[in-house]
Amino acid sequence: MYALEISGLQKTYSGGVKALKGFDLKVGKGDFFALLGPNGAGKSTSIGIITSLVNKTEGSVHIFGHDIDQALEQAKAQVGLVPQEFNFNQFETVLQIVVNQAGYYGVPRTVALQRAEKYLGQLDLWEKRNSRARELSGGMKRRLMIARALMHEPQLLILDEPTAGVDIELRRSMWQFLTQLNQQGITIILTTHYLEEAEMLCRNIGIIDKGELIEHTSMKQLLSKLNIETFIFDLPTGSHIDNLAGFTCRMVDDHTLEVDVAKSQGLNAVFQELDKQGITVLSMRNKANRLEELFVELVSEGRNRES
Amino acid sequence: MNLSVYRIALKSIISKEIIRFTRIWVQTLVPPAITMSLYFVIFGNLIGSRIGEMGGYSYMEFIVPGLIMMSVITNSYSNVASSFFSCKFQRNIEELLVAPVPNYIIIAGFVGGGVARGLLVGLIVSLVSLFFVPLQLHNVLVIALTVFLTSVLFALGGLINAIYADTFDDISIIPTFVLTPLTYLGGVFYSLTLLGDFWQTLSKVNPIVYMVNAFRYGFLGISDVSLLTSYSMISTFIVGLYLWALYLIKTGYGLRS
Repeated sequence: MYALEISGLQKTYSGGVKALKGFDLKVGKGDFFALLGPNGAGKSTSIGIITSLVNKTEGSVHIFGHDIDQALEQAKAQVGLVPQEFNFNQFETVLQIVVNQAGYYGVPRTVALQRAEKYLGQLDLWEKRNSRARELSGGMKRRLMIARALMHEPQLLILDEPTAGVDIELRRSMWQFLTQLNQQGITIILTTHYLEEAEMLCRNIGIIDKGELIEHTSMKQLLSKLNIETFIFDLPTGSHIDNLAGFTCRMVDDHTLEVDVAKSQGLNAVFQELDKQGITVLSMRNKANRLEELFVELVSEGRNRES
Repeated sequence: MNLSVYRIALKSIISKEIIRFTRIWVQTLVPPAITMSLYFVIFGNLIGSRIGEMGGYSYMEFIVPGLIMMSVITNSYSNVASSFFSCKFQRNIEELLVAPVPNYIIIAGFVGGGVARGLLVGLIVSLVSLFFVPLQLHNVLVIALTVFLTSVLFALGGLINAIYADTFDDISIIPTFVLTPLTYLGGVFYSLTLLGDFWQTLSKVNPIVYMVNAFRYGFLGISDVSLLTSYSMISTFIVGLYLWALYLIKTGYGLRS
């Protein structure tokens, strides 16, 4: 049984915009799945349909085997949603928000209070439990939405850009928290524009563009498709290189060298060549995130085919 | 899903609603007490003393049930209209839409909140009226049943208004242009027998006439219409509005894209 099984999903909005054009997706139980796509690709529409905030036009959705057309309540009970936009009552306290949410799922108040202490504590919000939501910082509001989504202890957690606008320190602590949840057996589906985040956290990936799934594979397999990577070498000021045998390279300025390295070539050969020319390398990094390169490549390939 | 899950969900919505209107008690509970005190002083004491008796009772005694009912109607309606619209506006209605809460529980929860505010305000206004006139109780059961059903009916009306509303203006249009005229023309301040035949017949199209009269019967034992007709009308409106609200929430009108 899959945590999520989507088949032939279509959504046409009342204005005639076709947001999803027959979309199939399977997410295994216990997976950490990245659903990526450019803005307006259909990610949020898909999540909206899964969580019944958007009415589908056609197709089927099963959550842990429960069909949302036949057993909507059972399906909903399995899912926790962290939406993209803040959608809590700004005038309620942190504790009221999470305890009420647990109540909507039938969690008794005494149990809800225990869980509130657990999840607000884990997300460093327990001290703020009596603060009104509007008094929280942006990062705290994001964490509040995660705590709220966990109050009924769902088996499938869907996070729609959970780290948007969050500073790097907090983002890293959220990654750690999500990894722990996944290790406890919770299936996680994540949408994000930070591809480094997806690469670091997720085992499987789906890329959606213009309402269609253009890639659905494991992160390892996807990354193995990347043939050429560009590396940036920081050199002492005043360095100059015209040519690097076997590699395409260019000096960006008098201390920065960019080298395109094919997967078959390896980095040792680059260092050997630099060594031959007596060039000292101060530091080195990837020009872009590997997944980011692939993502751009796949989306533009799809669009080129279409045009 | 078992019944205890639904019971907890319903309790959560109602308690959230009660906490909301008691948190802003200066906006929700105090104004009706002040407004009704002014009605009692001006219409009851100052003008009422010159009007004399109506239906065999002093004018003050005659208008008290109608004024209590007026505040119940306004508060039941506006509580649900503003709360539900605010949930839509802040998008926290999504908290309920993603949860396994049946649509009838969502309706019952918001209506329960509206009824709670309507009844509390009704009680406050009744207590205020004691400063002006001794309250008679002809039939407590009729009073309780009428005030409960009326607040259910107008809470449902407020919910439907909020579902259709796109802006805050939209939740004040119906109370201003429909509810207030119907209430003032609903026999709160006069007996229908004072009107000519045509206006009497026309008044009977106004549902508030039936509620005010049934309520007045509970206090004073007098009514311009029969209790059976009143309860039939109120029940019919409740069933109609409930089915309308249920249809809107089920189809996701204004809530789901």
